[in-house]
Amino acid sequence: MKFRAYKYIFIQSIALCLAFVLFLSGPSAEENEKAPGRKMADQATKGVKHWSTTDHSKFAVLDKEFESGTEITEACLSCHTEAEEQFHKTIHWTWLSPYDDGNTLGKAGYSINNFCVSANKMNDKECSHCHVGWNGKEDGINCLLCHSQKDIKWREEFDDYKFFLEMGDTEIAGDIQKKIQAGAKDIGLPGRKNCGNCHFYGGGGEAVKHGDLDASLIKPKSTLDVHMGIDGQNFTCTRCHTTSFHKIAGRVYSTPAVTHRKSLVESDLVPKIMCESCHTAAPHKDDHKANDHTDKVACQSCHIPQFARAHATMMWWDWSTAGKLKDGKPYREKGEWDRPTYKSIKGTFTWDKDVTPEYFWYNGSLSTVTAKDVIDPTQPVWISRPTGNRDDGNSRIFPFKVHRGNTPYDKVNNTMLAMLESEEVDGFWKTFDWQDSFKKGMALIDMPYSGEYGFVKTNYVYPTTHMVAPKDTVVECIECHVGNNSRLASLTEFYMPGRDNFKWLDKGGWMIILAALGGITLHAIGRFFAGITRRKEN
Amino acid sequence: MTKKMNKIYIYTRYERSWHWLQVVLIAILLVTGLEVHGSFCLMGFEQAVIVHNFVGITWLIAFTFFIFWLFTTGEWKQYIPTTKKILSVARYYGYGIFKGEPHPVPKRKDAKHNPLQRLAYLGVAALLLPSQMITGVLYWTYNSWAEWGLDFLTLGMVAMAHTAIAFGILIFVVIHIYMTTTGHTIFAHTKGMITGWEEIEEGTFIAEWEQKTK
Repeated sequence: MKFRAYKYIFIQSIALCLAFVLFLSGPSAEENEKAPGRKMADQATKGVKHWSTTDHSKFAVLDKEFESGTEITEACLSCHTEAEEQFHKTIHWTWLSPYDDGNTLGKAGYSINNFCVSANKMNDKECSHCHVGWNGKEDGINCLLCHSQKDIKWREEFDDYKFFLEMGDTEIAGDIQKKIQAGAKDIGLPGRKNCGNCHFYGGGGEAVKHGDLDASLIKPKSTLDVHMGIDGQNFTCTRCHTTSFHKIAGRVYSTPAVTHRKSLVESDLVPKIMCESCHTAAPHKDDHKANDHTDKVACQSCHIPQFARAHATMMWWDWSTAGKLKDGKPYREKGEWDRPTYKSIKGTFTWDKDVTPEYFWYNGSLSTVTAKDVIDPTQPVWISRPTGNRDDGNSRIFPFKVHRGNTPYDKVNNTMLAMLESEEVDGFWKTFDWQDSFKKGMALIDMPYSGEYGFVKTNYVYPTTHMVAPKDTVVECIECHVGNNSRLASLTEFYMPGRDNFKWLDKGGWMIILAALGGITLHAIGRFFAGITRRKEN
Repeated sequence: MTKKMNKIYIYTRYERSWHWLQVVLIAILLVTGLEVHGSFCLMGFEQAVIVHNFVGITWLIAFTFFIFWLFTTGEWKQYIPTTKKILSVARYYGYGIFKGEPHPVPKRKDAKHNPLQRLAYLGVAALLLPSQMITGVLYWTYNSWAEWGLDFLTLGMVAMAHTAIAFGILIFVVIHIYMTTTGHTIFAHTKGMITGWEEIEEGTFIAEWEQKTK
């Protein structure tokens, strides 16, 4: 009987252990199977090869010498009759938010940032060369910036062409003309370079503004970007930034890219701008806890563990130190990653690489401070800030790059200050005269300047959404669900397992357990000595 | 101290396997639960959650078998609380045990729990464990609360209750393990729970009221 009982317990514990081991090894056996969200996305992106019935190199209208950019545009519009009207309505042309009737939001409005502060009317050719026209809004749109498959600096080529023609050097002028013609005939959908020539260089240099957009995306590996990796899906920008009537899907200032979370299964005409459009709202394998997170945590929060993974991005710009000269001359200093740490014309910078994002509730809208808004200089000014909160069904926790700065403001009017910077129009970068550049800058946008300036701490946010990393580098549960240095340490309005506890409960609980252990120890000691005494007495 | 010991069969095979299965389950649940709570780092948060959920559900299912057993065998009657002799049992553990006195309420097949045990086990089996299972299931089904009209709850409330009860169970475990050493030898009760046979001093009288009425 005794033996049988032992045997029974033994067999049972073996069976239990086996069941447990089987359970734990279960998931790994099917690891190679694709998660539902990947299957859906693969299905949604089949037949990626674009085809066309048109070969632009065969068009007679493009087979001529072009004296100016406008002539090329005219040739384009002779067939694409509606393109100009469509394009004139887009923010790429207006530089004004199409969702804002007051013409306040936009680079051509009163929007500002904590980099070069204001773009509007500051007469900087370098800054405005990203506008999709031949000469501001004057000489028509430049279709080639987005559609030519040749990487050509169009305005410079035409300037050179005219220069050599005037000099009488017809040979060089002819070569340039051939280059221009080749570029005008090699036409297609926008490629990565077309978009990237502006968007990879925001803020006047590669990766200055965006931590998740830089020229490394022209030929990235899948380890940098699972969607654009040339060894993988090889997506172009427009694969997700789907376009209708020249309007390209994406967030515009305070306006979300989409207001309703829908996958292509629910509506095949939604823009593919959200992860969910292709991957659905439950993309992980069945019963994976991550599927329970998608209502409150954006995909990007876990799948983009760091930004600036290819190039260092600017994290801090302090204007207040600008203007120092050495031997009466402006100078610059360089630091890590060969990035400038000081420029007389701009001030002090810090850069960082492989940066952990900051997390905020985000419903797709950013609230912004424009040059017209009154600020409170006693605390950091959020020039742009994510909007949303936990109770809003459309808000999720989203990763951001926060660019911080020390930025000029008007101490009397409490507004941010636009400054004229460009050398070519005698701005700060030539004169190093603060007062003069503020006076000129504010006059240009028709805003008052009191004459007293100071510097205020500013924050400017960038949603981190590009450079989605491979799944094996995904943010692990414990990086958020932990008491110390949780990624979500700043989002305190809810209880999160592993991060939060009730101090009184933990303290009280452990105290009672300690007391019980103490009592037991005393009791045991008492029994031990009482036993000895009893034996002696016996 | 040389009284003759009689062996009596007290714990049935199911009872013993259930007891030790529950030992394993509660041990795993306490360890993984405290890890999820952030008390220490052992297997990693993610693994701890997976194991905790699996073992929790296993426990829930096994517990329904226990309840079935309890009522079909009538063993539930052994959990009926009583105040009879409770003071003398308390006096025994607080005083008599040091003097080598015999236990005032010895074990028998039909009376396996003394009055203090009846109270403690009833509290554990009828209150502590079920409420831990209920709060655990609630915790586990957090994402369905809105659907079920339970959105007046917050995760913090449920987590607080679940943690508090876990401490209660841990306190029970600590005392329970110590109490097993109070038999005539240190491992006598442990042995009894493994083999089913307890050794009782010969001639011990067990009162009528103590016996499970057939």
